[in-house]
Amino acid sequence: MIDAILGPAPAVVTASDDPSAVRWSLALKAIEILGEAPAGLGGILLRARPGPVRDAWAAALAMVAPVRRLPASADAEALDGGLDLTATLAAGRPVVKPGLLAEIGQGVLLVPMAERLSQALAARLATALDEGGPLLVLLDEADRGAEGEERVAAALADRLAIHLDLTEVRLPMAALLAGEEAFLPEVDDMPAGAVVDDPGTALASAAVMLGIDSIRAPIQAQRLARAHAALAGRMAIAAADIEAAAALVLGPRATRLPPGEAPPPPEEAPDQPPEPPPPSDDSSDDSPDDAPDQTPPDATDIVLDAAQTALPPGLLDALANGVQMKSPGGGSSGAKLRSLTSGRPAGVRAGAPGRGARLALIETIKTAAPWQKLRPQRADGRLSIRHDDLRIRRFVARAESTTVFAVDASGSAAFARLSEAKGAIELLLAEAYVKRAEVALVAFRGDSAAISLPPTRSLARAKRELAALAGGGGTPMAAGIDLAKKVAEAERARGRTPLIVILTDGRANVGGAPGVSPQEAALASARALGATGLASVFIDCSARPRPEGAALAAAMGARFVALPRLDAKAVVAAVKAVAG
Amino acid sequence: MKAPFPFSAIVGQSEMKQALLMAAVEPRLGGVMVFGDRGTGKSTAVRALAALLPPMKIVAGCRYGCAPADTTPCPDDCRKTAGKHVAEVPVPFVDLPLGATEDRVVGSLDLERALATGEKRFEPGLLAKANRGFLYIDEINLLEDHLVDLLLDVAVSGQNLVEREGLSIRHAARFILVGSGNPEEGELRPQLLDRFGLSVDVRTPTDLADRIEIVKRCDRFDRDPVGFAAQFADQEAATLAGIAKARKKLPDVQVPDAMLELGSRLCQAVGADGLRGELTLLRAARATAALAGKKAVAPVHVGAVAALALRHRLRRNVLDDTGSTTRITRAVAELIPA
Repeated sequence: MIDAILGPAPAVVTASDDPSAVRWSLALKAIEILGEAPAGLGGILLRARPGPVRDAWAAALAMVAPVRRLPASADAEALDGGLDLTATLAAGRPVVKPGLLAEIGQGVLLVPMAERLSQALAARLATALDEGGPLLVLLDEADRGAEGEERVAAALADRLAIHLDLTEVRLPMAALLAGEEAFLPEVDDMPAGAVVDDPGTALASAAVMLGIDSIRAPIQAQRLARAHAALAGRMAIAAADIEAAAALVLGPRATRLPPGEAPPPPEEAPDQPPEPPPPSDDSSDDSPDDAPDQTPPDATDIVLDAAQTALPPGLLDALANGVQMKSPGGGSSGAKLRSLTSGRPAGVRAGAPGRGARLALIETIKTAAPWQKLRPQRADGRLSIRHDDLRIRRFVARAESTTVFAVDASGSAAFARLSEAKGAIELLLAEAYVKRAEVALVAFRGDSAAISLPPTRSLARAKRELAALAGGGGTPMAAGIDLAKKVAEAERARGRTPLIVILTDGRANVGGAPGVSPQEAALASARALGATGLASVFIDCSARPRPEGAALAAAMGARFVALPRLDAKAVVAAVKAVAG
Repeated sequence: MKAPFPFSAIVGQSEMKQALLMAAVEPRLGGVMVFGDRGTGKSTAVRALAALLPPMKIVAGCRYGCAPADTTPCPDDCRKTAGKHVAEVPVPFVDLPLGATEDRVVGSLDLERALATGEKRFEPGLLAKANRGFLYIDEINLLEDHLVDLLLDVAVSGQNLVEREGLSIRHAARFILVGSGNPEEGELRPQLLDRFGLSVDVRTPTDLADRIEIVKRCDRFDRDPVGFAAQFADQEAATLAGIAKARKKLPDVQVPDAMLELGSRLCQAVGADGLRGELTLLRAARATAALAGKKAVAPVHVGAVAALALRHRLRRNVLDDTGSTTRITRAVAELIPA
């Protein structure tokens, strides 16, 4: 049975069936295709930590196409060009600095730390792709599974045909020592396979079966198949071409396995020998009962098989836990509020323009004016402006708030508490348009705490994710406080103003180490929270408030509110009293 | 810049296409807000429609795209300098990038001229570029609030007023504003939503046959844009003729009193606040009637546009999860017998 599930080894695998080697050969194939500079493919999203593997890959890329690196300091002006102020002032005539996009033309732009790209830059790059600009190679260095994970802007990732993951790839040390020559993409001498009559149908059907919503994915897969065929000098798309498209475009975007297929054994344990199929099953191979309801055409099978060599790592684990992986949604893309660049205008200050700060021309001239008599007169009779005269505009960006609810979902009263917390969240979000406030929810019950609602401004999303929240069990207060602190600190790092709201009846009964009572552990966590200076509200909703709650509130420096009769409106009022 | 995808070749998304056609027929509708998933052909549709429309006549060389017949004063005084010279340019399509600064949108002092010759000259921004065309903003819910305020203000008043850096400029900026956004990534303030005339919900097509057709058409377009466009030339011409005819007919389309009453009863029934909704509903119904070649608005036209015109104006009820579209469909079914 297992053999039937995994299918025949796709032709893409030339080296061996070692997943690391498979991914590496895919990555080289991607370079080969990119070297042909095909239109409409956008480029590559490469997920890899900085290191020798990524360096080797980048070196191989540089051998097929000229690569420009986006400087970390780049702003929108660096992409589009503009007036070079320093040079202009020195020369006394306008000096125009060409933009990076214009310089590159159809070349390759390498973007390191793509997950930290500002929203503005990500949007500009997406537009450039739509207009047929350069090929983009985004290096996503985000640590998977880290708290407050940063993601590559979804609008940008969606436009890049090829997604690669090198995080699990190991290269032989000898090859690394030998230098870059060893990593040149090899000429493809794979058998082309049969000509595929209807690649569009195969790719579109396979995309649906793999749970890929975006319609761009099958379109790009088709483009890639065509580019792959052209590379091998074929006029028609053959099996090898749709296999390449499946492994490079569709597989990495999969959010589930095709219906009717059980998850294969996780990739993390490749050494485990697959269970030998029971001999009786061999005879059932030709029995129609085993086939899924709608038998997909052959080409679709080829695509599905090839796609499985490049499933996103983590998908199989997620499936094993019985959850459907979320397609990568919109991350915050690391946008920060910089008061020099955005918001409402608020006066000027001395400083040089650039990095997003804009010149305040009138103020600059005003500053320079009184000194004109003292400075040596310019031959051309124009104003003499020096670096010190430069003034830049300032803007006020309103600090936006994130309210982090930490809700005690334990015990018999959990249901009421949770539903009031949900109500409060929805009320806050419904009122939050003007302030652009975000809300997050941490629930603690049983023996751990979990983020039930990551920070969001979306009422639709909050409703959906809170609907499934369960209650009951013990009260791991310390874990709840710790997680709320973590979320709030991540929010603060994003440039927002967090406020923690703890809803509990105040009695910890789970957690702590041997010799440390749960309540003591909770107090320690509360003190750690207090030390961060994060604003917090402690809402005690037990029928008779006890001193433990007040003690916790005091330790975390929180405002203590006793609400024996909890209701959503009272919670919102308490939050507003602190947030102002 | 490659040739745009033909408007008629877009598979499905009939509501979005309908809304865009209505906005092209009746510019006073005031913009279209498209909610929905990524990669559903939103910008493709708007681009395609802009490219479909016949080239417009402008005063030759005018940086603001002034119409020769227009009397709105132009900051460059183009009619005086260009005389009777008229140029034909394609209907502009401006894609406003998310990170655009206010300078870039509104326009600013031409630094180059200021530094080189000391001349105080206005450098028109994207608003001027979009004059008489389309201004498309992807992910408008992520745009900074003050920019959205500014854009909507200009879209409604039809002119851009600049008072900054010692400049005082006023120029025409009439454009069809098309915003798009994904509600999962953040809400748009209701005050802003209300300013959009029509709103459309687009979803990624789930029908496999549709998806296959999309992939195939894109492939054919990739390989042979000219030949592909030729296949749809007839349909494109028919759409274009339909728009031209409807534009001409629109002022003569009657709105009977019974329809006025139906409009306000419908708005009351669904709880749509404000007069703006009612007015948009009737304007949209009239545009639909014009597109259908009718002389007067009939109940069926009102029913057809009710969701488009009202969906985004309903009071939000935290406790009621019924979708706005469902509520409107229900009210339409009650008030307008099939």
